[in-house]
Amino acid sequence: MTEPASPGPAEESDAAPARPVITNKERMTIGRVSMPEQEGEVRARNFGEVNLGLTYELAMLEAERCIQCPKPFCVDGCPVRVNIPRFIKFLREGDLPSAAESLLGDNALPCVTGRVCPQEIQCEGVCIRTKKGDSVAIGYLERFVADWAQQNPDALPTLKPGQTGKRIGIVGSGPAGLTAAGELARKGHDVTVFEAFHAPGGVLIYGIPEFRLPKDIVQAEVDRLVREGVKIEVDAIIGRTYTVPELREEYDALFLAVGAGLPVFMNVPGENFKGVYSANEYLTRVNLMGAWNADSKTPILHGQRVVVVGGGNVAMDSVRTAKRLGAAEATIVYRRSADELPARKEEVHHAIDEGVVFDYLTAPVEVLADENRWVTGIRCVKMELGEPDRSGRRRPIKIEGSEFTIDCDLVVVAIGTKANPLLTGSAPELTVNEYGYLMADEYGMTSMPGVFAGGDIVRGAATVILAMGDGKRSAFAIDSWLRGEWPPVGADKETKAKEPAAAG
Amino acid sequence: MHPVVEREQLSPNVVRLVVEAPRIAKVRRPGQFVIVRTGPGGERIPLTIADNDAEAGTITLMIQAVGVSTTELTNLQVGDAITDVAGPLGQETELITAGHAVCVGGGVGTAVILPIARELSRRGVHVTSVIGGRSREWVILEPELRACGDVVVCTDDGSYGRHGFVTQALKDLLDAGGVDAVYAVGPVPMMRAVSEMTLPYDVETTVSLNAIMVDGTGMCGGCRVTIGGETKYACVDGPEFDAHKVNFQELADRLTTYRSFEQAALQRQKDDEAKGACATTEVQA
Repeated sequence: MTEPASPGPAEESDAAPARPVITNKERMTIGRVSMPEQEGEVRARNFGEVNLGLTYELAMLEAERCIQCPKPFCVDGCPVRVNIPRFIKFLREGDLPSAAESLLGDNALPCVTGRVCPQEIQCEGVCIRTKKGDSVAIGYLERFVADWAQQNPDALPTLKPGQTGKRIGIVGSGPAGLTAAGELARKGHDVTVFEAFHAPGGVLIYGIPEFRLPKDIVQAEVDRLVREGVKIEVDAIIGRTYTVPELREEYDALFLAVGAGLPVFMNVPGENFKGVYSANEYLTRVNLMGAWNADSKTPILHGQRVVVVGGGNVAMDSVRTAKRLGAAEATIVYRRSADELPARKEEVHHAIDEGVVFDYLTAPVEVLADENRWVTGIRCVKMELGEPDRSGRRRPIKIEGSEFTIDCDLVVVAIGTKANPLLTGSAPELTVNEYGYLMADEYGMTSMPGVFAGGDIVRGAATVILAMGDGKRSAFAIDSWLRGEWPPVGADKETKAKEPAAAG
Repeated sequence: MHPVVEREQLSPNVVRLVVEAPRIAKVRRPGQFVIVRTGPGGERIPLTIADNDAEAGTITLMIQAVGVSTTELTNLQVGDAITDVAGPLGQETELITAGHAVCVGGGVGTAVILPIARELSRRGVHVTSVIGGRSREWVILEPELRACGDVVVCTDDGSYGRHGFVTQALKDLLDAGGVDAVYAVGPVPMMRAVSEMTLPYDVETTVSLNAIMVDGTGMCGGCRVTIGGETKYACVDGPEFDAHKVNFQELADRLTTYRSFEQAALQRQKDDEAKGACATTEVQA
């Protein structure tokens, strides 16, 4: 593992150096810093983190670029409404403890969001500075402050909230569940999180790879929540080990955040040949089960020529993982064009730097195999873009007679996920929509009183930060509900975070 | 942690472990399985729950040592513990409620057949168990199955019971008539042979599929099997399916996915053991 970049010496911040105050005009002349990163060719062969983090000097320089808008658009652009100008102001004053306290008060998992949020379509996308150049690198600064907080736990006040005596059960320890857990623990509730896997973190631990979000960072965020009083029960599969009605009897309120766990396959011939993985399986084996390590007891197929089908973040994670596992050729097959790629821009750039090939306007029609049923290739057809569909993106249409074969020995299918019926099936009282997603009202409450839901199991496959937004809003609503304040007062501010168009 | 409270060696490579898992012991239904994991870095291994004792808060697992991780499990002694036991997973067995059922068990599959035979017997169904092994020492759970009804034992070498495969004994029972259902669990070629045998007799046949899986909750899709031309997940839709609809060829084939990896891992384990043995000798010398 690469040593994480030091977010600055703690001793320096204790004796906050007086920095000269500069004018906004001067601030506008400072150019956006670049994130120090591992070289493309080097990092494509290791699992160390790609982005190394800003140095103290770079972070202070970048913090000076914020002009402290009186009505900051960035806060509206953030699904968890982090008070961005406030933590940046503390940061540039050299007051890292206050910056960290401010950030952690708004966001339960800042080390995570600072690394995986699509800032370009959220806070940074609406930053006033984009009108004349580059936005403030809010994501980099968030990561800098969050990493500092993680490395300096003693510099932060210990939370001792008054105990309300209310017990809350949270199902799922992914971004929505952990955020809700953190928020509710801070309000003095007794919170237990149930996780089906043997380790907490959900998609943060099984899905997002080490090189983008190191697992010890996730574990440290979980550890902090545990120190704040959150209890975590692993190996608990709700719908099997316990049912929702059973939990409802045990707890004063529930928050269901189980994600959209079922993989979607292509539904083409040959999909069950050896050497075809769902992205869920591929990434779970590599990340959660540690198969990226050669000594792992969990096996993984090491493809020499790997094709990943899909254009989202999960597809980028899969293709970059294949590269790191030794693939000589790693190719993205995507049925639309580069402009429609739903992945974060940074992930696409990183993939290109690492030598990933992109076959746009291409759709698979069949997986080919040898006599032993090992994958040998994928038969594809070229597409062209027609009229926009419901999602507003131009619909891909097959070009007749354009079929061709890409030789490969491994195919990873990353074309989305759908609702897992395991939990909902155990509770007929819960209303689901035609796709199996949970129905929830504007405050996140399901058809069962006191049972709230959020994240992908409500909205369909989306992003970490949108799930966290749901977790935060639901925590606010749950707290209100438990206090008998219903509908929640002041919920408008909490619920009306601007939501970007869902990726997919 | 889930302490092992009882251990019994059933055959040269099959061990019965009784493990503390109070919640699972309380809610488990016949046919369901758990996923266990031993320690940090351990593999997730699906194992059928052979029995449960809700009062004692224990479940019974029967484990055949085939790879590194299962060998680790079979080496556990009373007082040791399994780090993770997650479940119960999968659907419960759909069983007939009257008539005559034949339960066919091959190797460690006999352990999966036992809870089925028990439940059938409890329901008043006439149970005939047909179990087999290479030779006498590989035949397991005969007394337990006798408590559920008749038992026909077959050995490949004729060292005990009938000489030959379980399918031959099954054929005699089918020819005699009156068989309402067949439940078969064992190696894929055995289940396939049973399925092919019962098809012309038009006897409802159920098999339990041991597909490769990671999470056991439908999330990875690694355990996909083709049932009547449709893709199903063994972990959530099964593990039991109508044998006559199963694509056994595909299952057998997918089970070989990690064969080279498994063989290499076993070799490493043997080498390590050999090294360990040498070290011990040196210390003694």
